[in-house]
Amino acid sequence: MNPLELGYFYGCAGLAVAGALSVVIAKNPIRGAMGLLLLILSVAGLFLELHAQFLAAIQLIVYAGAIVVLFLFVIMLLGPSASTPNDHRGWLVRAASGTLFAVAGFATLAAVVRAATVSHRTMPMPVPDAGFGGIDTFGTVLFSDAIVPFELSSALLMVAVVGAIAVARGRQGVHSMSRGEQEIADRTTPSPLLPADHSGVFSHEIEGAASKEKSA
Amino acid sequence: MIGVEHFVVLSAVLFIIGSVGFLVRRNVLVTLMSIEVMLNSVNIALVAFNRSRMAPGALQTYAGQSHTGQVFAFFIIAAEAAEVAVGLAIVLALYRLRQTVRSDEADLLRN
Repeated sequence: MNPLELGYFYGCAGLAVAGALSVVIAKNPIRGAMGLLLLILSVAGLFLELHAQFLAAIQLIVYAGAIVVLFLFVIMLLGPSASTPNDHRGWLVRAASGTLFAVAGFATLAAVVRAATVSHRTMPMPVPDAGFGGIDTFGTVLFSDAIVPFELSSALLMVAVVGAIAVARGRQGVHSMSRGEQEIADRTTPSPLLPADHSGVFSHEIEGAASKEKSA
Repeated sequence: MIGVEHFVVLSAVLFIIGSVGFLVRRNVLVTLMSIEVMLNSVNIALVAFNRSRMAPGALQTYAGQSHTGQVFAFFIIAAEAAEVAVGLAIVLALYRLRQTVRSDEADLLRN
């Protein structure tokens, strides 16, 4: 038994559980996002222990670099209304159902762990070959056996980008266009307050300015 | 010795925490973050099982199936990014419509 390995695992696991708990418990969504960041970093550490170096890097880039930042953008865009302080309606039902669910889940987990420790059927983790989880073996698999889902995932991301833009923009573009058209329509219709030949005033002024320029 | 059981138990604990948050919290942003917690826990289990299946020499024997769990986790991360982008766009649209991020006030289809 390697105490360093054990300590590394339990450190990462404890940080992950703490991050997940702070996501669920935090009143302020910014703190929740920070807890999510802690969870993601510790999961990346666990991936490193599992010989999945490429996935650890992807985890850091995509989750910590993109998703958490996107969450923070939206939370700061919404400002103080992103947190819901008056969260009291039906709290009894929610607390009871959440406690019931958590107790049921942890009881099932405890039963499974107990059965596993009784039967002593453990799955050891042998040290894999060199290059397992590295970028060239992973990339070879990704571009040979998993090429179809890989291309499909690119289509998925494309559709998600278009859908996100369409949903987040909403009908704002239509409204502003109609408002602009309304302004143009207001400008072109003659106002009853002005004299009928008011356009002649401006043309006289323009002619006067032009003659002044000519004389100068 | 750290076995695959440790990782699976950690994954189950994280999944339970995330699902409780998904069920109990009403802030849509926190709900989305709880979904992320659940998907991360699934990734841990997938990568741990992939590692435990890899005996020495297996990389040459069946190279195509050597990284199945990690490839699954990779695609989960891709789908997750897409889901978060669309989900946050929906949150913004909901806020523009109702000036709220509470999921119980998003009741436009009620009655």
